[in-house]
Amino acid sequence: MDAPSIHGRLKDRFGEKIVAFQAEALQPWAVVAPDVIAEVAVFAKSDAALAFDNLLCLSAVDYPKEDPPRMEVVYHLFSYEHRHKFVLKVHLPREGAHVPTVEGTWAVANWHEREAYDLFGIVFDGHSDLRRILLPDDWVGHPLRKDWVDPDFYNGMHVKPTPQMAERAMAGEKIGVGPFDFTPPNRHVDE
Amino acid sequence: MILNMGPQHPSTHGVLRIELRTDGEVVRAARPHIGYLHRCFEKHAESVDYPGVIPYTDRMDYVASMGNSLGYALAVEKLMGIEVSPYVQTIRVIMAELQRIASHCIAVGTYGMDIGAFTPFLHLLRDREKILDLFEWTCGARLLYNYNWVGGVSHDVPDGFVKAVRQFLREFDAITYPEMIDLLIKNKIFIKRTAGIGVCSPELAVSYDLTGPNLRGSGPPRDLRRDEPYLGYENYEFDVVVGEGKFGPRGSCFDRNWVRALEMKESAKILHQAVDRLEKMEHTDVHEKVPKRVKPAKGEVYARSEAPRGQLGYYIVADGTGINPYRVKVKSPCFTAMSIFHVLANGMYIADIIALIGSLDVVLGEIDR
Repeated sequence: MDAPSIHGRLKDRFGEKIVAFQAEALQPWAVVAPDVIAEVAVFAKSDAALAFDNLLCLSAVDYPKEDPPRMEVVYHLFSYEHRHKFVLKVHLPREGAHVPTVEGTWAVANWHEREAYDLFGIVFDGHSDLRRILLPDDWVGHPLRKDWVDPDFYNGMHVKPTPQMAERAMAGEKIGVGPFDFTPPNRHVDE
Repeated sequence: MILNMGPQHPSTHGVLRIELRTDGEVVRAARPHIGYLHRCFEKHAESVDYPGVIPYTDRMDYVASMGNSLGYALAVEKLMGIEVSPYVQTIRVIMAELQRIASHCIAVGTYGMDIGAFTPFLHLLRDREKILDLFEWTCGARLLYNYNWVGGVSHDVPDGFVKAVRQFLREFDAITYPEMIDLLIKNKIFIKRTAGIGVCSPELAVSYDLTGPNLRGSGPPRDLRRDEPYLGYENYEFDVVVGEGKFGPRGSCFDRNWVRALEMKESAKILHQAVDRLEKMEHTDVHEKVPKRVKPAKGEVYARSEAPRGQLGYYIVADGTGINPYRVKVKSPCFTAMSIFHVLANGMYIADIIALIGSLDVVLGEIDR
């Protein structure tokens, strides 16, 4: 099936919940309302004409400059049986973004969603094990967001040492890894 | 009992920690902890220009760098609509297949070493060295090449390269390959050790998006070089090797390793054809299509290629204004292979965990990125 007919089939089933369709793009995509993405996933996998049995990639993208500012979750689907591909997108607000998980449909989504949570702070409702995956458990913030600012300290260690710090250390000042006799300024409890 | 395997365990192939909940010798639950080698690839990619990302891609799967930069170059070329000349395509095929052999040498060799066979490792590393020499001769680097550029490759192949590749292939066909089969694959102890464990069904493999030799070991003959040919792979004759379950259930650790071993032969077949073509081909400048300034129009692409460890996908978003990529996401084959680990490890003996990790052939640099 080509992209317009895949979109048509989804549109027949979900109607208004398929918000938009971009057919002009290199790889056409459809925008799905966040609340039905789990049902769309189940349908896309179980429907015999679509049979998307493989989730190629699940990525998140941050668009703070769009109007309105948004966060996107992008699902690249592939069907081994029919050899066709399709892209689904979900638009989320930048603050407090949350979307239902699709790990029940494609098991691989479990780790991809953990990665999106780790690096973008998107919460996947119903996820079985939503923990940080690449960054340490005590990391604060989500670095791939476009408004990310590097912290000065991580667990008492300077993240960005400067030449001045080297001089101060040479002069005998205690800098960096050490007996942690101070509270790092940006260390607070992870949400 | 909770048992921590790693992060400094020699057979976890990098810094991987696995938390095992054991009942005597049997593993009841396994939980991989990754991220020890996280180097912020995706964040870095947003702060350099498109060609500047290529050295970073090399450092993801450091055992098979050519495949990584090739995937990235293909993705950006798709985004910009660049079509490279057949000469450059053939060079890329040669490099990719040499890299596949070198990578599988490591994979099969270290797998043997993990479970106690030391000799095959030395033999295979000896022959991988010859491939690295070819790479060094071509582009000056032995491990991290920065070779596949957007729209071309960094260096043309040197004079006498074809002859040297032929020499290598002669040695490979006559010595390396039969030796590997005799020493390791047909080894009775090795078969007994691996043929019955870590069995993965095709449905499970597809659900966890296993790709490459891991998927083919379970049976489905899925190879992007055959299914969605790129770089003119449709013009080469080769077989897609799948696991046959000769010594136990299909999809076992042995089958995954068996696919890797036999794939080296198929890569050699492709190389024979590719060097024959390269010799007769009209030479073009390898920098001919390299753009002065890589600045794709607004758009996005998800492109995948068959790296030695499976399908490597790049999702690249270009905003059309800056010279930096807006977003680069990598779907690495090892990441998905590691995500199935807790399913396969359930109910195994602790000693077999080592055999399972090795058979999935993960490179931590690519998992953590």
